[in-house]
Amino acid sequence: MATVKNSELEKEHLVHHDHVHDHDDHEESFVAKYVFSMDHKMISRQFLITAIVMAVIAMTMSIIFRMQLAWPGEKFGFINAMLGDKWGKDGILDPNMYLALVTIHGTIMVFFVLTGGLSGTFANLLIPYQVGARDMASGFLNMLSYWFFFLSSVIMTASLFIDDGPASAGWTIYPPLSALPEAIPGSKLGMTLWLLSMTLFVVSSLLGGINYVVTVINLRTKGMKMTRMPLTVWAFLITAILGVLSFPVLVSCVVLLLCDRSLGTSFYLSDIYIGGRPLDNVGGSPVLFEHLFWFLGHPEVYIVLLPALGITSEVISTNSRKPIFGYRAMIGSMLAIGFLSFIVWGHHMFMTGMNPFLGSVFVFTTLLIAIPSAVKAFNYITTMWKGNLQFTPAMLFSIGLVSSFITGGVTGIILADSTLDINVHDTYFVVAHFHIVMGLSAIFGMFAGVYHWFPKLFLRMMNKKLGYIHFWITLIMAYGVFFPMHFLGLAGVPRRYYTNSNFPMFDNLVDINEIVTICAIIGALGQGIFLFNFFYSIFRGEKAPQNPWNSNTLEWTTPMANIHGNWPGKLPVVHRWAYDYSKPGKEKDFVVQTVPLEEGEQDGDSH
Amino acid sequence: MNFLVLLAIVLLIIAGHQLLRVIELSRGLKKTKEWRVTETDNDMMGKAMFAFMIVFFAFFFWQVNRWIDRSLPPAASVHGEKIDALWDANIYLITFVFLVTNFFLFWFAYKYRGTEKSKASYITHNNKLEMAWTIIPAIALAFIVIFGLKYWNEIMTVADKPDRVVVELYAKQFDWTARYPGKDGKLGETDYRQIDGGNAVGMDTLDAQGNDDILVKNEFHIPVGREIELFMRSRDVIHSAYLPHFRAQMNCVPGMITSFKFVPTKTSAQMKKEPYVVKMMAGINAQRAKFGKEPVEFDYLLLCNKICGASHYNMQMNLIVDTEADYQAWLAKQKAFKTAVAEKK
Repeated sequence: MATVKNSELEKEHLVHHDHVHDHDDHEESFVAKYVFSMDHKMISRQFLITAIVMAVIAMTMSIIFRMQLAWPGEKFGFINAMLGDKWGKDGILDPNMYLALVTIHGTIMVFFVLTGGLSGTFANLLIPYQVGARDMASGFLNMLSYWFFFLSSVIMTASLFIDDGPASAGWTIYPPLSALPEAIPGSKLGMTLWLLSMTLFVVSSLLGGINYVVTVINLRTKGMKMTRMPLTVWAFLITAILGVLSFPVLVSCVVLLLCDRSLGTSFYLSDIYIGGRPLDNVGGSPVLFEHLFWFLGHPEVYIVLLPALGITSEVISTNSRKPIFGYRAMIGSMLAIGFLSFIVWGHHMFMTGMNPFLGSVFVFTTLLIAIPSAVKAFNYITTMWKGNLQFTPAMLFSIGLVSSFITGGVTGIILADSTLDINVHDTYFVVAHFHIVMGLSAIFGMFAGVYHWFPKLFLRMMNKKLGYIHFWITLIMAYGVFFPMHFLGLAGVPRRYYTNSNFPMFDNLVDINEIVTICAIIGALGQGIFLFNFFYSIFRGEKAPQNPWNSNTLEWTTPMANIHGNWPGKLPVVHRWAYDYSKPGKEKDFVVQTVPLEEGEQDGDSH
Repeated sequence: MNFLVLLAIVLLIIAGHQLLRVIELSRGLKKTKEWRVTETDNDMMGKAMFAFMIVFFAFFFWQVNRWIDRSLPPAASVHGEKIDALWDANIYLITFVFLVTNFFLFWFAYKYRGTEKSKASYITHNNKLEMAWTIIPAIALAFIVIFGLKYWNEIMTVADKPDRVVVELYAKQFDWTARYPGKDGKLGETDYRQIDGGNAVGMDTLDAQGNDDILVKNEFHIPVGREIELFMRSRDVIHSAYLPHFRAQMNCVPGMITSFKFVPTKTSAQMKKEPYVVKMMAGINAQRAKFGKEPVEFDYLLLCNKICGASHYNMQMNLIVDTEADYQAWLAKQKAFKTAVAEKK
């Protein structure tokens, strides 16, 4: 049955392909090619460049509030130049704007860069390429997915320029702070725009996610069994399933908040006196919001992480010239992480007034998730063991990812333990933990992906030396920023404080804050090297050969031209798994998936 | 000024661009591919990885050495001492894992840096090894869970000591009010609709139990050695009552009453003499002197630890832990709610 279906699809593709060929004779219009494109490769590039722009915005914000935290009350021309006289009068950051900056920084980084940017770019680029499909299952929905993402980015960015300032209740937007305009200026129009933007974002994410799942399940080429898929595709598949199941809950959460804000309902509000009057709302609970939010929020962590881990699997294996260690264990771990990620959300809520018994259940499930995570880390390290490591910039970033995944992951064991969480909940210890394990790992994965697949994205090569410099600056400065934050947490410094100078007990932490900020500034400037390398190489990089990294996967069998349908003739047929690197008895140290098995040759890791 | 900065950036980009062109052109003559990783690259990067590990670990120990004494002082509560012990055990464990795994990662990066001659081994998996590193973490985590939950259940049970002291912490943007039940030992009912200038915490004036309740701001007192049962309420948004020195924290949620209990073990006066605190305060005051601020003494503190608005960073109240006698003396001087309202009017 399945084979019949496949061949039918193949026929359809060929028809589609011929159809496209007819069009090629008449030159595609600029709009169809670069703007409203339905080609997965172009959409991938659109996601990437949008995400880079958003990342620069969010990074600049972090520099502004880090300057305030290291040198509170100092006057900076930079802050005034960035924020103008209203929010940065005399170069001093306004406290409300401080909260707005941390809010939007978090929102953009988590959703727009590491969700939209990472999945949007690489799931789009790699799923059709690596499973051997002509394109996504629905090119049209895929295009819509990007344009919803774009619209959502525009609204989020536009909210920075409105009179009352953007949303400023923290990226988790807990009501009542986010529900009541009297509570904080950011909860006026800014919050409405935030909610609107996020709703559109979820639409984009769903359109993309459904497409990814369908493509992986239905459009694999002949011979591409699930157990032959590269781990990247597995990662994107599981990520997409997580997204499809959890993002709608965020929408329901957001819609109820919109109702509370504008229709007078009381889902999250009760017994509140604000702005000199008691409110009518009775019977709601902010804890309900927290449950709904974190039901998305925690899977979201893995939506961010899994694609980065998938990319790393591929990059480390290719550049170690060695099969990924424990391929099946890697798939099993990702499935386990995916499943468990749905039943751990309560560990964000130990101190919210939630029933402590419920808390203990979440302690148990959360510590369970540490096991598959540990397995993955060990598998990366053993993949490098006895390898022949080729240090491309992508490989360096992948090793950086493994390091940050471990370094940030171990503190998760502390935070998952409700007893220990009591005293570090909402302190800088948490900030350090999630920035290292989620922020750094995911962004390192994203960099690894960009350096590794740049030849497929733009048909040219990025500059290696600049890549090296970029990596070392980024790695060193990233640890310089986030490692010292653990010690702020140990000293009991709460997060989201505009300044620590109002408490004598924090006065001896000045040097920690200065080191963090100085590293952040150098690290941010270092990203200029990447931006330069990226945009320069798009136009002037060396022309890429077909398979620059001697890789096994199908994307490297496509010609170095961005053609519709990816392969000019028939679709490739797959005969082996993706990790036959340095297989004994082979002439070269890699065997592309399309090479038939020899007489008596074992496939995959089944020996 | 801004224009100059912009100009500098633009010039920098142009310079970088030109430099790269020159390099490319010269390479064009040599016909090598810049992007191809050479044996020299591998050698250099592999060694750099190992060097980084040494620097990274050195940085880690440097930080511990320099900053660990600026951590919160040892816990001043009964359950807090247990948390500290559990914390230490966990920290040693994760530090070990952090150092060992990072070591292997960077050491392998160095040891197996590629050469043209060497070939990787074709190793796909190893069931024994994989079983080991699944089961060992599982056992370690089982211990963490068991101890964690044992303490958690002790800490979170409802306060039941007959001589316990009840205090309500009432949060609003951006200050705290503490409420004591007064002579009858019972907190009066509340009703947020009755909040006004003279009734800031929304006491239900129809409930006579509230007449002897005591309201204090800026600073509140508790006795040492007795169980303290804290109830938390909020007027407007979510706040979090954070008492870091006692390892105590609980959110204040509008529409809900939350609670946390603890037994303080050291009075404020005792705490000021603790060697750790003396040293810590010396450091703090040295730093304050640099900023031209007057020296301070140690104080227990209640902080807000949940984003609540513009002055979140300044929402605090002092807490004094007294001996029983001092506490009773202090309590006797406080005015009951009824009297307090009457005087204001």
